[in-house]
Amino acid sequence: MGIQGIDLSLIWGVIIAFGVMMYVIMDGFDLGLGILFPLIPDERERDVMMNTVAPVWDGNETWLVLGGAALYGAFPLAYSVILEALYLPLILMLCGLIFRGVAFEFRFKASPQKRHIWDLAFIGGSLLATFAQGVVIGAYIAGIPVVDRQFAGGTLDWLAPFPLFCGVGLIVAYALLGSTWLLVKTEGMLESRMRLFTRPLAWLLLAVIGVICIWTPILHPDIATRWFSHAHLVVFGGLALLAALAFFGLLSTLRRRHTHWPFVFTLALVFLGYIGLAFSIWPNIVPPSISLWAAASPPTSQLFILIGALFILPIILMYTVWSYYVFRGKVRIGDGYH
Amino acid sequence: MFNLEALDLARIQFAFTVSFHIIFPAITIGLASFLAVLEGLWLKTHNDTYRDLYHFWSKIFAVNFGMGVVSGLVMAYEFGTNWSRFSDFAGSITGPLLTYEVLTAFFLEAGFLGVMLFGWNRVGRGLHFFATVMVAIGTLISTFWILASNSWMQTPQGFQIVDGRVMPMDWLAIVFNPSFPYRLAHMAIAAFVATAFFVGSSAAWHLLRGNDTRQVRKMLSMALWMALIVAPIQAVVGDAHGLNTLEHQPAKIAAIEGHWENADNGPTPLVLFGLPDMQAEKTRYAVEIPYLGSLILTHSLDKQIPALKSFAKEDRPNATIIFWSFRVMAGLGMLMILAGLLGLALRRSGGLYRHRGFLRFVMWMGPSGLVAMLAGWITTEVGRQPWVVYGLLRTADAASHHSVAQMSVSLALFVVIYFSVFTVGIGYMMKLVRKGPQPHHEHAAGNTFGQVVTPRRPLSADAENLDTDARVN
Repeated sequence: MGIQGIDLSLIWGVIIAFGVMMYVIMDGFDLGLGILFPLIPDERERDVMMNTVAPVWDGNETWLVLGGAALYGAFPLAYSVILEALYLPLILMLCGLIFRGVAFEFRFKASPQKRHIWDLAFIGGSLLATFAQGVVIGAYIAGIPVVDRQFAGGTLDWLAPFPLFCGVGLIVAYALLGSTWLLVKTEGMLESRMRLFTRPLAWLLLAVIGVICIWTPILHPDIATRWFSHAHLVVFGGLALLAALAFFGLLSTLRRRHTHWPFVFTLALVFLGYIGLAFSIWPNIVPPSISLWAAASPPTSQLFILIGALFILPIILMYTVWSYYVFRGKVRIGDGYH
Repeated sequence: MFNLEALDLARIQFAFTVSFHIIFPAITIGLASFLAVLEGLWLKTHNDTYRDLYHFWSKIFAVNFGMGVVSGLVMAYEFGTNWSRFSDFAGSITGPLLTYEVLTAFFLEAGFLGVMLFGWNRVGRGLHFFATVMVAIGTLISTFWILASNSWMQTPQGFQIVDGRVMPMDWLAIVFNPSFPYRLAHMAIAAFVATAFFVGSSAAWHLLRGNDTRQVRKMLSMALWMALIVAPIQAVVGDAHGLNTLEHQPAKIAAIEGHWENADNGPTPLVLFGLPDMQAEKTRYAVEIPYLGSLILTHSLDKQIPALKSFAKEDRPNATIIFWSFRVMAGLGMLMILAGLLGLALRRSGGLYRHRGFLRFVMWMGPSGLVAMLAGWITTEVGRQPWVVYGLLRTADAASHHSVAQMSVSLALFVVIYFSVFTVGIGYMMKLVRKGPQPHHEHAAGNTFGQVVTPRRPLSADAENLDTDARVN
């Protein structure tokens, strides 16, 4: 548990949850652009879309590597069980991310005749990575059976209606993040078109969240007990209320042609969903049975890496803020910075 | 029960992805230090040749770095997806070491890489040089953590087994385990040598095509000085590493030597060539040199080295593979030393930049450092078998319980994707090499580097087109 009263597992749980959230939010709108790509056939507008995230996407993706490595160091049991259980979707996610990442770079360097190949790699990679991530989240919520510290489920457990629905749901969520991001970063035709897409996407996401909120407690009586127990009802009721406010904020600022607020409200929606998920499985790190403390590496391991993390994470955060600040403002057609 | 075929596929998959990956970091380590030396020499001598070479190789460095990041993403997850028993057993030690590597790499990327690649016209010369040096040191710190983890798996210490799992007791002992200093030195030097031959080979290619400029000459000259000095040092370090292995993993040495049994009290010969047969327990077609095995490995003429038959059958590494992978490594090492010596001789006679036979030799030696490095890793990793953590956890007990079908599908995916994606990347690097070093004009560079916004993506450091072919005039 702790050293001198410090709960290292709790600290690491928060750090990893924060890292994964940073990833979901930031790579979420990157991947969303790939999902929206097929709707924007114009090459120059596609250039603009990519340019809005080109300076930052690889920094966004590094949070995923950090999440994986920190999980390995701080909670080796969770790392081994979750990654073994979700083998195929994770491999597909990595394949998608490889294609997406390389397409990002080589699309700009390819000749016009070959550019469409990299466009396809970008679209396919983004869709595959997003869908696989959604399946991973869905299968994770659905629970990973563990017996004797080993994954005790089947190879294709994740191939069930609920995880697959979560895969589709995450595509909608990332697409909305992408379209509202483009409201912030673009202008003219592209911005108006995004305004057109955002409204149906927002309603679609509301439907997805609704279905997940109904489906989850039906599928998992233990989560239902937690949600509707007296003490927690306030928390989840509050989250639901805030989500409703964020949704109406999104719709109304969209109607009033705000550029930044729709993105902020979408971020709030995703953040609230993430918090709701965290509360639903707390204090487990491998639902339904393994807690943070049961999966933890020894305190000496957690302390050892905490020293490095406390030194380096603030620097990474400052640099992240700085690079978004440097690249603030709208991106226009022909604005090649590379 | 665990299926051996799935285990084989898991091992092939790890070997494939990690072998593909290590090529990029190795060149990153070597080029980062090379760039720091180039920039330092430019600041000291004000000779523009160094500056031109800096800009030429920093573009290639950037593409290579990007490939390393993309292929490394897979590695961070593979320990869990494919080797979950290992991760659970040893994760409290190997996990933190990997975490530190990732933190180091991020720190490097977040802090200094952007300045190094895109800050030429935006920060002072001293600060830019500082950034380059920090990137070079950062790559070596990354090497430090990865090698600490691997060496601990080879020669574990500083732990206790609690509840059937590893529990770290002493981090200094864990990091500085017995094989770590040798392995770290051997790998870092391997990266330098591999890069030197990559650089030298590029220069030889240009010279053979008549692109005889002062920059190309400087490239060849620096690469061959490096080969002359560092390749022999690598041989000495390798020898020390071998003695260390003899002490801690004698079965690995016996397998490398294809040495099955000791005659009474006689010295051990060196099997120069042959074909170790694991079933028949002997080395077929062996060409032996008496005394030499004892001389090399015990530095004496009478002591014996351990023989494979003194180890239980299930504890022997595959001698057929590592007998040969070791000889590929050592043979290429000798060729590299030869290249350095020939370079010195030609330098004295003044024919270094003109001798076509020698230039062809250096050109073909281009991949030798990388091949030798991979052969060396195969030797040490296959030689660690049947253990994944030496003496503690067998590889067969370390794998996730995946089906043959699942492993086949994922392996096929990796092979297809790696070859399609990374051949494009490597092809692009080769294209930049073919373009050759150009005189660097500070004002012209402003168009590329000096804009209001700073891209910090490694691959965008060069605007060269991917498809159109670059020709040397």
